[in-house]
Parts: sequence; C-alpha cells; structure tokens
Amino acid sequence: MEHIVIIGNGISGVTAARHIRKLSDKKITIISAETDYFFSRTALMYVYMGHMKFEHTQPYENWFWKKNKINLKKGFVKTVKTETKSLLFANGESLKYDKLIIATGSKPNKFGWPGQDLKGVMGMYHKQDLEALEKYAPNNKVCKHAVVVGGGLIGVELVEMLHSRHIPVTFLVRESSFWNIVLPEQESALINREIRSIGVDLRLGVNLKEIKADENGTVKSVVIAETEDEIECNIVGLTAGVSPNIDFLKNSKIETHRGVKVNRFLETNIPDVYAIGDCAEQREAINLRNSIEAVWYTGRMMGETIAQTICGIRMAYQPGHWFNSAKFIDIEYQTYGWVWAKTKENEQRFYWEHEDGKKCIHVNYDKNTREFIGINTFGIRMRHDFFNRILNQKRSVDYVLEHLADANFDPEFYKLHEPEILAKFNRENKTNIQLKKKSWKRIFAK
Amino acid sequence: MKAIKTSGLILFLIGLCVFSGSLFTGNFGLSPSQFKTFIESKNYQSEVIEDALFKATVTQEHLNIFEFSSRVRQAYQASNDYYDKLIEKYDSEKNWDKKGEQYQYKIYGKPHSLSYEVAKIAGSGFVKENPLILWWLSFGLAIIGALLFILPNVILLGKPGIKNNGIYHKASTNRGWIAWLVLLYLVVFYVLLYFYPDYVVNWTYILDSISVFLNGNPASQWFVYGFLYSVVMLVMAVRMYIKYRHNTYQMIRTTSVLFFQIVFAFLIPEIMLSLNMPGYDFKNAFPLDYDFFFDWNLDSLRNSGAIGLFILVWGIVLTLVIVPVMTYFFGKRWYCSWVCGCGGLAETLGDPYRQLSDKSLNAWRLERWLVHGVLVFSLVMTLVTLYCYFLGVQSFLGINSQWIKDAYSFLIGAWFAGVIGTGFYPIFGNRVWCRFGCPLAAYLGIVQRFKSRFRITTNGGQCISCGNCSTYCEMGIDVRAYAQKGENIIRASCVGCGICAAVCPRGVLKLENGPEKGRINPTDVLLGNNLDLMDFLKQK
Repeated sequence: MEHIVIIGNGISGVTAARHIRKLSDKKITIISAETDYFFSRTALMYVYMGHMKFEHTQPYENWFWKKNKINLKKGFVKTVKTETKSLLFANGESLKYDKLIIATGSKPNKFGWPGQDLKGVMGMYHKQDLEALEKYAPNNKVCKHAVVVGGGLIGVELVEMLHSRHIPVTFLVRESSFWNIVLPEQESALINREIRSIGVDLRLGVNLKEIKADENGTVKSVVIAETEDEIECNIVGLTAGVSPNIDFLKNSKIETHRGVKVNRFLETNIPDVYAIGDCAEQREAINLRNSIEAVWYTGRMMGETIAQTICGIRMAYQPGHWFNSAKFIDIEYQTYGWVWAKTKENEQRFYWEHEDGKKCIHVNYDKNTREFIGINTFGIRMRHDFFNRILNQKRSVDYVLEHLADANFDPEFYKLHEPEILAKFNRENKTNIQLKKKSWKRIFAK
Repeated sequence: MKAIKTSGLILFLIGLCVFSGSLFTGNFGLSPSQFKTFIESKNYQSEVIEDALFKATVTQEHLNIFEFSSRVRQAYQASNDYYDKLIEKYDSEKNWDKKGEQYQYKIYGKPHSLSYEVAKIAGSGFVKENPLILWWLSFGLAIIGALLFILPNVILLGKPGIKNNGIYHKASTNRGWIAWLVLLYLVVFYVLLYFYPDYVVNWTYILDSISVFLNGNPASQWFVYGFLYSVVMLVMAVRMYIKYRHNTYQMIRTTSVLFFQIVFAFLIPEIMLSLNMPGYDFKNAFPLDYDFFFDWNLDSLRNSGAIGLFILVWGIVLTLVIVPVMTYFFGKRWYCSWVCGCGGLAETLGDPYRQLSDKSLNAWRLERWLVHGVLVFSLVMTLVTLYCYFLGVQSFLGINSQWIKDAYSFLIGAWFAGVIGTGFYPIFGNRVWCRFGCPLAAYLGIVQRFKSRFRITTNGGQCISCGNCSTYCEMGIDVRAYAQKGENIIRASCVGCGICAAVCPRGVLKLENGPEKGRINPTDVLLGNNLDLMDFLKQK
C-alpha cells in the first residue's frame, strides 16, 4: 500500500489527509512536532482570552484519526532524504514514504533585533507561544506593560488578547497607518481608531531598535529607533509577519527559495514530493496573488487539490476569486475580489462609512467598463456566494449596489444600511440606482 | 465599578441567606377551632386520623416546620397502618366484604402534601406576620444586589461586541467550586419544591399578599416558583441585554421570552384564577404540557363552560396545527427560543453556562435516544389516559393509567425537567432538559429536520474552524463540523438561539428561513477553490 507522509498537522496537511482518505485507502501518516492533534491556529487567541479551552480548538475528537486510519506521529523532521525516500527525525528515528507532502506552514519573522531571543519575547503563532504568554503575562500583576511589534493581523490579535486581561499595551507599527500595505487609507484609519478606542498606545511609523534585558535575561524594556524612547515592559510580542518554515530542507535536494518551490500542480522539483500551504511558493504567481500566501483558506484549498493529484487525478491548484476575513477587536472584516491599498489606474472606488465610524464598505470597480472588481466590508457581513457569482458573471458595480440586499449576511433584525449606501453612491456618481428587495430566487440562482 | 459589583454580590448573598434561612423560622401549631375547620374541609372517613392529627398538631409547643411535618406524617402513617392491619386481618379471615370496606378509610395522596396543607394554616412567627419586610430582605435585597452586580458590565465589558473574556478562567462558569455550590443549591431547591413542599411553607407566607392581590388566594409553593421564575428571568434578562447590546436578534428574542413568561405563563393564569376560571398557560403546548389530557384537567375544563371548551380546543389546535405550521415557516426557534418558559430560563439564567454542553458524538447518540424516548413515553401515556378516560376503565393493554401518569410526573416532570434539567445548569450547560428530555422539542425537531424552511446558513468558504460556534452552542451541536464543510445546519435539535452566529469572528453563520429547495447542500469542495467541477465529478 502506498504510504503518504504529510509533514505538518495544520489546516493544509490535515485537509490533504482527510481528502486522500475520502478518495482512497492509502496509508497516511501526519507528522507534527507542535501538538498531538490538529487544532485551529486562528483560534489560539481565544484560549488565552478565556473564550475557549484548548480542546475546543480541535475540530475533531481524538478518536477521529484512528477511526479514519490516519496515523499521527509526534516528532521533528531533521532531514529529508529524497534519494531513499526517507525522513530522518531529530531523535534518530527514520520513516519511509512513497509520497511526501510538505505542509510545515510558517514561522514568525525576526529581523535580527538585539534581544529578540530574550525570555519574555515571543511570537503569537505556535501553541508554545501561547504557553509562553501564559507564563510571562498571566495577568497585569506579573506583566505590568506589554509591547507588541508589527502591524498585521496577528499583531492586533495579540493586542486584543493582552487587553482582555487588562494588561496595558504599546503597539509599535512600522507603517504610517495600521496595515496600510493591504488596506486602503480609510479602512486603515478606521482600524487605527478602533485600536486606540480600547486604550491601546498605538504608535505609528516607528521601528524597534532593541530589546533590553534585566539581570535575569528577561525583557526589561524596548527602545524605539526613531525617538530613542525607552518603554518599560515585561513582554514583547514580535508579530512582524511570517515566513515559510523550511529550514529542515536546507540540505535536501528539494528546491527552495523563500518557500518550497512548486508548480501549479503543487509539485516540487523532486518527483513524489509536494508542498502546500504557507510554506509553498508558486514558481509563477497565480493571477494577482502573491507567490506565497500565508492565508488559512488557501492552505485548505491546496489540501483539497493535492489530495486529487495524490489519488490519481492530477489537478492544478486554481484558487478562485480572492476572499479573506479577519476581526479587528470588535470590527469584523470581509473582503471579496480585489481592493488594493492604492487605487490602480483603471480603477474607481466608492467608499461609505457609517456615522459611528465602525462600519464601512469600500467598492472597487473599473472606471471604464464599470465592472465590479472587489469589496471590503467592515462591520457588515456579506454573502460569499453572492460575490463569487458576481465576479464570475463580471457584473457591473451598479448591479452589485442594486442587489446589496441579496448580499447582506447580517443576522436578522439588524439595521440595514443599504438605502443610505445607495443614496451616497447615487449622489456622488449622478446615478439613479434603486435598491431591489432581497430575492431568494436570485440568491439561489447559479 | 469593582466595588459596586462586590457590594452587589454581598447584598445578593444576604438576600439569598435571608430567603433560605427563613425556612428555619416560625412556630407551627393549630388551635382547636382551626383544627375543626380543617378536618371538616377534608371530609375524612377515617376515625383514627382525626384523633392522631389532633394530638399531633393542636399544641402549645414551639414546633419548627420539620418537627411539625414529622408529626403530621406520623399521624398519617398511624391512621393508614391501623386500616392496613384491619385489611390484613380480614384478609386472613377471608372476610372479603369487611376487607373491601376498609379501603375507603385510608388516606391517599402524599404525606408531605397533607403536611403542607396543615402547615399553611398552622404557621406563625415573624415571616408570616411581616411578609413585606421579609420580601424586601430576601427578594428585594437579592434583586437590588444582582442588578448592582450586573449593571457595571455596561462599562466593564467594554464596547459593544462579543465579550466572553475569562469565561473559562472563572470557577463559576468553568465547572469550578462555585458552579458545584450553585448546582447543590438548585438541586436542593427543586427537591424541596417538588417533594417536600411543607418544608418551604415559609416562602409561601412571604408572597401571600402578592398572591391574594393577583388571584385572590394565598400563595402555594407553585406560586412561589412562578414568581421566583419570573423575577430571575427578569433580572438575568438585564444581563442578556447588556452582554448582547450590539446584537438586535438577541435583544428582541430576550424581550420575547421575557414577555411570554411574565404575561402568558405568570400573569394571565393568575388573573384567570381570580376570575374563577382554570388558570391556563396559553402558550404551553402538549406534550411539554404533559398533563393537558389528564382526567383532572379535562374534568376541570369541561366544568368551566365556554372558557374551558375554548382552552380545550386551543390546546389541541396549538399542538396539531400551530406548532407544525410555525415550525415549517420559522423552525423550532419560534417556540424554543422565543416563547417557551423552559427556553426562557435557559436563555437568561442559563446563558452563563451555555458553553458547558457536551459536544461529543456520544452525547449526541444519548440525546437522540433519550429525547425521542421521552416523546414516545408521553404519547403512550396520553393514549392510555384518554382511552381510560373515555371508556371509564383503569388500564389499557395492561398499562395502568394512574401508574403511568405517576411514573411520568415523577421521572420526567419532576426529576428530568426540574431537578436535573435546571439544577444541573452549572455543570452540564443550560439546555439539559430541552436537549435530552423535552418531548415537545423532539416533536418540533422532527418537523424542523424534515419539513421546514429554517436552517443555519454557512457563508461559503469563510469558516476558519475556530470553534467558537460549537463551544457556545447550548444544544451541544458541533456547528463547526458543518461550517467547515460549508454545509447548512439543519439539525433537529437546533433551537435557533443565534449565539453561534453572534460569536463567529468571521461572519460565517446566519439563521435563515429560506426556500426548502437548496436547504440541504452537501459539498465536496468548498467555495473559493476552482477545481474544474465537471472534471472533478466525471473522474470520481
């Protein structure tokens, strides 16, 4: 029986294993050094915040793996020997594979800051980071002040986590506005306000110079490069992005660059070795996407795809229309299609913001053809299905606005802002678009 | 803010202590004239009981309720023992006529109920004489204290939004020692209420004047329960309003259950009683209202003229027409989460415990057997009862009507719905009864699963499997298992509370009443991944 070995038990590896099992009876082994069982990394923050226990982040009960004949192996792979198709573990064990899927995900970036490896300095990525956080920042008595460095999704999550335990936080962001390499300035400003509104000391346009230690080798303070300000703190969260976790492949024949180089079929340069998820790097980027996408959904989709290939239906990875979501403290964010931080030449934007400053939508469309390109929505939930179809059908921005009621996915009885949104659009664009009533027929039309 | 909360908690605990402690106060004893009136009202055939009860209850001694109850029950026992001996004697003599005669002298009913009836007249003391002061010291302090504890959350919880911070760090909401203490208190409360009503007779004194005002009669232990139930829901609804103040669905739903509890379950029946009508809860549908078809209820309705007939017809229409039709259009949530009193308590008092429900596969297996088992039990009981009622016989297919009614009332009505169903909130979660025991939920669930427009829609491929939805599902549904597959959730057990949608950090879940077509949507590959679907299907 063919032995499929998957390194990494994150969403990519586990999705691959589940789909291979659905399609075949192959022998499957998942290797992880981090945890015994698959858990949802994105939910780690809720464990610290006390919303959930760690068990709750595990989507499958522990019997699931045995029942589905998926072997789980805890161990750290040190070397991949593609000549003999075997893996060598840190503890000296080895394991043979017929096909190998590398799904090792990412690791937090460190940029060689002085003091970056001190006690009390951590990322917010692994389960071990969570344990470190419980140790160094269990409450605001032990941790009187925290500093978070890096202006992305994980950074703001760490800020929210610390805030939930009433620990004062200084948030250092290199950019002039939060996450403005991804978000347009309006949305970025909205999130700046949200972060500051809960009392976080958000400092924009600053870089970390160094982290200073006390006599025990624990964090004592950080120094800001621009101002030489020294901020006393007990922990430092480094959340300046992630990069592929592929150090163990350095001495193998598998071609790597920033990540493991793969073609559209997620195949590496070595036969029977594949890479998926955060650690995979496309030789040529797909459409307008990055060649490395450290996104939960793309990891899942690669897992779905690779399973087809492994089981004899060689299939290219073809992600559909871009979508993503996040939550910034109390504000939910969804995006469908493309809304770049900076407007491109052919693009026109429409922005509406609610008077409370916590909800907005940003629509991007082609100014010549009026074709809808994408939407950002904050504080209003939208229907994925709707926008996927709209993008497939290359509908116009006018069509999208006309059918906003179909797109709305907020819970029942929520205040609808569609009339206000349309009024603003009509006013700005001298159009006369009328809102259509929500129609199940359209929503279910394919 | 912390100080206000702490003082609120202290006031609440004082109120609770006064309320609980009041049970140990007061003196019980009848005057000869009180005794005479009581004995006349009971119309006993037995000669022994009169004597025994007189000795037991007409006294100048300072008896507390426990001593008093014990004496009454001994008198009850003595009288019945006397006739049992006679029965035995005539039995051995084969004197069947004489033997048969003795049965009429025996006293039926529960000893503690008799003791309650006597105690209600026999009590004296501070509580009985100063009900208003006691009300303020117990209910009043507890309500004010609870509100002081809850109201600072407006500020302490931070800005509107889901704030489940620290729930799993607290002994009260993470099965810690506080949870076990609350469980103990609630279990003792229900056991006393259902099985030892005489021990809580002091509580009825506290509410006598309110009861007289509402329905013209002194309070019974059920009035105490109904009043307490409504007060608890009202106070805990304030907590719901604050916690979910960003969520219109939760605000409206909470208002709805509160309205139906206070107006339909509490006030209307009381007002009906004061007008000499049967006190009926118009929203209480069979088979949750399991005694609707019991002979005493049918007799009482038949003897109440037009209103009785109306209630009879309404009760049947409610169960056979309104329940399935409403469930078709709105799912079972219209009842379980918007109307039902049990649901109302679960959603207010029980909200802090919703995350404790067991989501394992084994729990689901147990649930399906139990809840449908209770439904079958209730239907069999009703069939037997109706058959016996109309044919005037004792049993049907060997099942004794009285026996099955007693068994259901004891096992399901008292233990399952009360002691376990509510008492175990702090450990098993807040919908133990609704999930494992309620026969109406089982009936609604069957309609919801197979013939309804309701579902929880999953938003394409947006789920990140974080598990908030499953954790906070009070019905123990593994919502995430569906959401991560992009499948609509059409489970029979879903009561449509909407919390899964509220706690979802990615906006993935939505309660919807849509067209039946497309309601069940199994998927192989989630939205967002453009596998060539035709290829995919062909090659499979």
